[in-house]
Amino acid sequence: MISNNYVINVIRFVLLVLVQVLVFNRLNFFGFINPMVYILFLYWYPIKQNRAAFIGLCFLLGLSIDFLSDTMAINTAATITIAYLRPIIMRFVFGVNYEFQNFKLGNATRVQQFAFLALLIVVHHLVFFTLEIFSFSNLLLILKKVFSTSTTTLVLCLLFSSLFSVKKE
Amino acid sequence: MQQIINFILRYRNFILYVFLMIISLGFTIQSHSYHQSHFFNSSSWVAGNIYETSFGITSYFDLATENKKLVEENKKLQILLLNENGSTVSKLDSTQMAYVVNSGQVIKNSYADPRNYITINKGESDRIKQDMGVITSEGILGIIENTSSNFATVQSILNENSNINAKLKNTNNFGSLKWNARTYNEVQLVDIPRLVPLVIGDTIVTGGMSSIFPENVLIGTIKKFDLNDSKSFWNIEVALFNDMTNIKNVYIVSNTDRKEIIALQEETKSND
Repeated sequence: MISNNYVINVIRFVLLVLVQVLVFNRLNFFGFINPMVYILFLYWYPIKQNRAAFIGLCFLLGLSIDFLSDTMAINTAATITIAYLRPIIMRFVFGVNYEFQNFKLGNATRVQQFAFLALLIVVHHLVFFTLEIFSFSNLLLILKKVFSTSTTTLVLCLLFSSLFSVKKE
Repeated sequence: MQQIINFILRYRNFILYVFLMIISLGFTIQSHSYHQSHFFNSSSWVAGNIYETSFGITSYFDLATENKKLVEENKKLQILLLNENGSTVSKLDSTQMAYVVNSGQVIKNSYADPRNYITINKGESDRIKQDMGVITSEGILGIIENTSSNFATVQSILNENSNINAKLKNTNNFGSLKWNARTYNEVQLVDIPRLVPLVIGDTIVTGGMSSIFPENVLIGTIKKFDLNDSKSFWNIEVALFNDMTNIKNVYIVSNTDRKEIIALQEETKSND
């Protein structure tokens, strides 16, 4: 069961990187929107796991995306930020429930899942576009990009997560 | 001592996060200077091969239009060649040429970021080096930034760090070509003095000041112009001839005299 989990996560990692780089980085919806679906990795990752290992893994994930899309280390910075903040976001969204041993993402309500995903995406995009544009004089541009890209990413992630839904056990 | 260890153990995730964040910020800030980081670029072997494979699959879809473009360009060059006076044979001696041209294909393109880079499938084994110019049949594209043995990344003109010498075709007044990261079909030409008369639709070409591009390579036309804050120079919006979203075949141009020019300029500077 444990090795099975590892295999699934490795496959997910590789597929999400390839899909992101080869498909979604070339989408250029309205000329500038490139949704970042690889955030789903953090959404799907098992909850009760070593936190340091998780942050390390997310560092690798961001690094591989950056490596392939010539964005320096912006994706890495944004990804490790949400990896670090994930337990805090979960506690905020799921309340005390999430501390229980048998808590699973599939057991949470639709609204909670949606809120969790949306928070991950918004924080990620905020860090990402702030670093990418790198000047607060362009605050409006940053907000515009965060808003439009977050919406697109959220819609696509919801579609993906319902397509490959985690089975309710 | 015990307390320090306890402290580290307690906040180990936070320390790890801060450590990784510093690494990634380091790489990011480094890139805001002139040259791209050597670790993070898609000219590497792994990235290059992934894009090459994907290019191999998708390149078939627009072969027809690409062929048409190349035939058009051949036609143009044939006309030039046939109307040339005298023999052309004697001019094809490679030791006499000021510019050497190599061809390549774009395997990865981006135009939505503030700093865009393009990856091409030619590298050091084809004698591609940093700071060579990249052009297409319609106009300029960028400058070679990093190379590996089989791939190279190009700093696109759609890059905030890009700065290229350009001039007005009819008056020869020169300025620098930059990009404000707004739209992918417009770049900005600055530092043209206010005395210069401008007309919308005028052609902008590369200037002779750079040792990277040949003079008179097409860039675009004037779309809009107004005075800058100091009211003494024009800010010109240039509509590009190139469709930056759809580029496949490119030419890499290298100036054979570049080394000599650079050496001479360095020497002059050090004599001051």
